[in-house]
Amino acid sequence: MTGIPDRNPAPRILVLGLGNILLSDEGVGARLAARLARDFSFDGNVEVIDGGTSGMELLEPIAECDVLIVVDAVKTGKAPGTLVRLTGNAVPAFFMNKVSPHQVALSDVLASLRLTGEYPGEVIIHGIEPESLATGLELTHTVGARRDELLANVLEDLERLGHRPRRFTPHSSAA
Amino acid sequence: MTNRIIVDPVTRIEGHLRIDCEINEGKVSKAWASGQMWRGIELILQGRDPRDAWVFAQRICGVCTTVHAITSVRAVENALDLEVPLNAQYIRNMIMAAHALHDHIVHFYHLSALDWVDIVSALDADPKQAAQLAQSLSDWHLNSEQEMRAVQDRLKTFVSSGQLGIFANGYWGHPAMKLPPEVNLLAAAHYLQALEYQRKANKIVTILGSKTPHIQNLAVGGVANAINLDSPSTLGMERLAYIKTLIDEIGAFVRNAYLVDVAAIGALYADWTQYGAGITNYLSVPDMPLDTKGTKFALPGGYVHGGDLASFKAITSYTDSYFEQGVKESVKHAWYEGGKGALHPYDGETIPQYTDFQDEGKYSWVKAPTFYDERAQVGPLANVLAMAAAGHGSTTHWLDYALNLVGTVAGSEIPVSALHSTIGRHAARAVRAAVLYDALNEQWQLLMDNIASGDLDTFNRPVFPKGEIRGFGFHEAPRGVLSHWVVIEDGRIKNYQAVVPTTWNAGPRDENDAIGPYEASLMDNPVADPEKPLEVLRTVHSFDPCLACAVHLVDTENNELIKVRAL
Repeated sequence: MTGIPDRNPAPRILVLGLGNILLSDEGVGARLAARLARDFSFDGNVEVIDGGTSGMELLEPIAECDVLIVVDAVKTGKAPGTLVRLTGNAVPAFFMNKVSPHQVALSDVLASLRLTGEYPGEVIIHGIEPESLATGLELTHTVGARRDELLANVLEDLERLGHRPRRFTPHSSAA
Repeated sequence: MTNRIIVDPVTRIEGHLRIDCEINEGKVSKAWASGQMWRGIELILQGRDPRDAWVFAQRICGVCTTVHAITSVRAVENALDLEVPLNAQYIRNMIMAAHALHDHIVHFYHLSALDWVDIVSALDADPKQAAQLAQSLSDWHLNSEQEMRAVQDRLKTFVSSGQLGIFANGYWGHPAMKLPPEVNLLAAAHYLQALEYQRKANKIVTILGSKTPHIQNLAVGGVANAINLDSPSTLGMERLAYIKTLIDEIGAFVRNAYLVDVAAIGALYADWTQYGAGITNYLSVPDMPLDTKGTKFALPGGYVHGGDLASFKAITSYTDSYFEQGVKESVKHAWYEGGKGALHPYDGETIPQYTDFQDEGKYSWVKAPTFYDERAQVGPLANVLAMAAAGHGSTTHWLDYALNLVGTVAGSEIPVSALHSTIGRHAARAVRAAVLYDALNEQWQLLMDNIASGDLDTFNRPVFPKGEIRGFGFHEAPRGVLSHWVVIEDGRIKNYQAVVPTTWNAGPRDENDAIGPYEASLMDNPVADPEKPLEVLRTVHSFDPCLACAVHLVDTENNELIKVRAL
């Protein structure tokens, strides 16, 4: 705001929700991304994508971000609904151990970005332990009950990175 | 002595395909293909508004989002006998072609080339010789010695960083790896370039589909794109010009790198033209409609029986009864309740009944489709053979070009029949990519001309009658024939079945206990080392398997690291 050119522009952040919405709790990450995009407004450096179960289509947006925040259902063997946050060295291990049902695709994308030298500077994974992966469009009660907390954790990371998303309210959209 | 090996899962993307082989004296003597997930999408769609079906259908699979979306709206339009405005056809056609180009490039370089190319060996290559070799094959601008040297340096850094494990499927130094270091380096260079070019193809899908990975512009009755040549916020001149630039960049890569690489690698692995033919009945469908009703198509399709192009029978319209009446699915060897014989998709049932893996009984979640009671192979090879049989100009041109190039490198003439093979499926996919580039260009021009004529229509509103109607939609998807079948009652979905390409190819034994295309293609494949069955992966990967489409539920309990078990 001083008029001095910014030598360290704000990092570009990608919030990537993953999962198959046809398989109950499996879709929790995709649903969270859709909710973020619907209920909040972000500044230009933050992008929110509902990635579904995609693979290489995600290469472009991931290559263009500095910080990748992945939201996904993860199998860690803990109680259903347990929230986990992984960063640093825990992230490569996460992708090697096939905790998530769709990391096969995402791990291919990240492997490619290692090759091209476009791997994000920071990768954060927000996971939630699913209760059911049965066919169905609804989250289980157990996982659904932790949705707000999961969302709050993602918003907290965004704030730490210098972004405070604004929540749309009926008044603000009417104004 | 008979060995049994199990490879599970086989696919690097969207896993859950298990292959069992019995190996006798170094060759596969018996094979089973098993989908390890349950399919359930059909049940989710029952009772829903048919206008929304495509939104859910495109969530079936992360690789094939757009193809399910487009096939779904076609099925509902077919049930309603609803015409689609020309602009909408052209826009859909362009999305399909761009998606397929993306898919074919990614499949060859990123999902299967490492079955043939030894990245580690590329470190020993002479960059100068690699560049000379590349320049002798094509005048691609990224084949310089400097480029080869830069790629080799990058690979050295990568390999020394210990990250090679991410390419877990690579069998480095396997005795079946036969390319000289310079060819491995050339392929590695194009592997990296392909990452860049597949992004360009995806960009076209993003622009026309309004979003990716899940497009948003479709509607039963057309597309939701607003066309206004002067407005930057709609599909206007500026975006159409940008799309044209992307099309030409992708086309240059396909013609000068992809097609050439496949020809060169194919020539150096000419022995693989003798393996992997399997089922030589080939089914494909026409695509890229050129009229509002779907009676004229830019790309032909149909049925080729017994590998004989003279037997070609064309499928000619969206209401083609030859196609509609020919498809059935058997669950005799799949984990579903059966006993009614093979059923037509309109009458299809999806009631799970799990047993253990039974060699002679049920052993897969994939159903076994047939075309007039015969197994059929689907995919780019099926499509290229059909288009060649139909005398399609662009196909004939690129097929001749590819076979001549293979012949030059191999030093002997290569007949069309060499395509009935593992390596032939790769060659056909590359030929199809070149054809898709021509077709994409043509569709772009048709759209421009139609808009210029003053036609801006993109949507016809659907009206659902009382009572029961039924319809089917098909699409020649990157992995082959995709069809959706819908029964609608009083404007709600009563039954829905998706018969996907990988179901055709990966299906288990059928009602008559006949083996499916994957299984048949593995017979007599050599296996040098049962602990590292690279040859099995080569043949299965050549189909571009995508099991998430074929069966639709993720079972993480079975989702372990890739394992090979020799029993």
